Amino acid sequence: MSQAELMPKGGARKRSGMVEVPAITLAHGGGGKAMHDLINDVFVGAFDNDALAPLEDQARFSLADLAAEGDRLAFTTDSFVVNPLEFPGGDIGTLAVCGTVNDLAVGGAKPLYLTCSVIIEEGLQLSTLRRLIGSMADTAKQAGVKIVTGDTKVVERGACDKLFINTAGIGVIRTGCDLGADKAQPGDAILVNGVLGDHGATILTARGDMAVKTPIESDCAPLNDIIDSLLTAIPRTRFLRDATRGGLATVLNEIAQASQVGVEIEEDKTPIRTEVKGFCEILGLDPLYLANEGTMVCVVPAEDAADALACMRQHPLGKEASIVGRITDHRPGRVVMETVFGGRRIVDMLVGEQLPRIC
Amino acid sequence: MKYVDEFRDPTKAKFLLKEIQALVKSIEVTKTRPLYIMEVCGGHTHAIFRYGVETMLPDEIELVHGPGCPVCVLPMGRVDDCVALAETPGVIFTTFGDAMRVPGSKKSLLQARAEGCDVRMVYSPLDSLALAKENPDKQVVFFALGFETTMPSTALTILQAEREGVENFTVFCNHITIIPTIKAILDSPELSLDGFLGPGHVSMVIGDSSYDFIADHYNRPLVITGFEPLDVLQGIWMVLKQIAEGRSEIENQYNRVVPSGGNPAALEAIAKVYELREFFEWRGLGSIDHSGIRIREPYAKFDAEQQFSVPALKIADPKSCQCGEVLKGVIKPWDCKVFGTECTPETPLGALMVSSEGACAAYYQFGDLEKIHDAKQKHEETV
Ligand code: SF4
Repeated sequence: MSQAELMPKGGARKRSGMVEVPAITLAHGGGGKAMHDLINDVFVGAFDNDALAPLEDQARFSLADLAAEGDRLAFTTDSFVVNPLEFPGGDIGTLAVCGTVNDLAVGGAKPLYLTCSVIIEEGLQLSTLRRLIGSMADTAKQAGVKIVTGDTKVVERGACDKLFINTAGIGVIRTGCDLGADKAQPGDAILVNGVLGDHGATILTARGDMAVKTPIESDCAPLNDIIDSLLTAIPRTRFLRDATRGGLATVLNEIAQASQVGVEIEEDKTPIRTEVKGFCEILGLDPLYLANEGTMVCVVPAEDAADALACMRQHPLGKEASIVGRITDHRPGRVVMETVFGGRRIVDMLVGEQLPRIC
Repeated sequence: MKYVDEFRDPTKAKFLLKEIQALVKSIEVTKTRPLYIMEVCGGHTHAIFRYGVETMLPDEIELVHGPGCPVCVLPMGRVDDCVALAETPGVIFTTFGDAMRVPGSKKSLLQARAEGCDVRMVYSPLDSLALAKENPDKQVVFFALGFETTMPSTALTILQAEREGVENFTVFCNHITIIPTIKAILDSPELSLDGFLGPGHVSMVIGDSSYDFIADHYNRPLVITGFEPLDVLQGIWMVLKQIAEGRSEIENQYNRVVPSGGNPAALEAIAKVYELREFFEWRGLGSIDHSGIRIREPYAKFDAEQQFSVPALKIADPKSCQCGEVLKGVIKPWDCKVFGTECTPETPLGALMVSSEGACAAYYQFGDLEKIHDAKQKHEETV
């Protein structure tokens, strides 16, 4: 839906067209009254904000306002197909906002505007859609971003699985900030802001195809606020990345490759919940590869490590922050872990694993 | 986890390593060649790499990663049979996840699924039986795989299916037994092993007396060993101690779990449902007498091999593949001509590259590649 589609014609917000059917049908994507009512009722109501007010086919921003936040734009997009739609600690709506907000924030950008495109399988319960879009709106509010335009499509049964969401986002990068996976230097410290593997373990459990129950919840959270504090406290931060699909191991390998440095971590410094450890133990998984949605990896110069750790720990999302390892000039391109047992092993890129839809 | 952490204690590890070092010094042959100790079980291989145990051992000890990963020894023809079953209309083919990526001669189960076959991952044969009950209009086939460890659960599931009168559930039985295989390895002329770490989980079922011939006829020590890294170190220490003292006995490091007589209830279920096959084909090792089992006649209606027509062809391994030599410990994974080039975990040629318990995949993913590189160079210089 363009902006014109997001808003009813005539400017005034018509709340008359409340949708009262139990489930979404193809008619809700047909462009007629049913679609307008759905958009007005479910989306516009939830995303209500002043950037939505002008009724054009596109969202418009003042360059001067953007320039006040920094000197470069960051632009990103991500699609969300998680199964199940709702899981302990979050749902596809929270993921769709956090994912894009975090992708912007780890580039040093202040996330400002998001889009929301949904592809709905006919038969999705209207109450479910309302809940999920509501949680998108709540998460956007929490992250301080506005959802300013979007699109709605309904496809026949079987053409998608219940609900897919795409969000794109624009942010402004603070002046002087230039983060990158190729910026790591021997001696630098590697930190994480919180426990590893909660999201991956939650989704695998919630899918119900692992015969285990766990009390684990997804760590899904917008990281822009903690990143803002960190970059203010440690302007020399070299690199940030949220450890989503592929987990900590994948991000570390990306650093080792891009910077042509060695990466060394210590297994007993990696914060992992006992429940997640147990879960992985039973299923033969490695928590280093499990997905996270609110945990990021951060590389700072050695002399900033203690301050970075203190800064993270002051934030609610950084309580479990830990210095997990260091950058070395030994074995460029490789990640090595000292195991709890005192041995050493390579932590390689994950290959050939059949990852289910976790985000 | 508290219980488990105890078996990963680095201080205890240091202490054991010192003892191991001292023992190695006292063993005369280590002055001229390393000691070869084979861990038979894939679970050990995994623990050894996962915790970097190999990197802690003195150079005089070489671990040989044996054939104890059921996925790794599955011959190509059997994978083809699985694919054929999965392609049979009306069949839901159920399997443990590991087996999905094992290459057949034309495709893997994963590829078959991508082409539209109904292949599903399960965590136990009971999941598969439940699926059969939920889908009375389909035939559900369970791909049974593994040593004595998983045999009882398949047997008990067949017995339960019989009790409940489930008509649309069958088992494609690929269970194998460990003893004839160890014997085949000991008989192999290319190979000299100094001792064994015996498989903990298998022994839980079969007990320790089945291994007596290894000590009696082949004069090799075997220590039944658990799966935590400290277990493995202690197992190695016990093997070395036997060698140093000139003994060859069957010892049990894992007595917190393995009872001497095995598990009578499990053995009873096994005896009731299965019988030995005359021979069974192993990938890389060839045909080994009495190493496979099949479902007995009274349970024929649960036997997929009897209820469906499977091609049952013998397919030779690809020429470039040296899995057999790696399995027997004759060469190291990196000595295989295609290791890391044509054969990687993404495009496995051999099954040893598929499962995380396979020696090649373990080296490729966890191994110290620098060490591998050095070894390769040393190897090339000597040739
Ligand atoms: S590298 Fe591949 S082909 Fe060679 S032995 Fe290992 S699994 Fe077999």
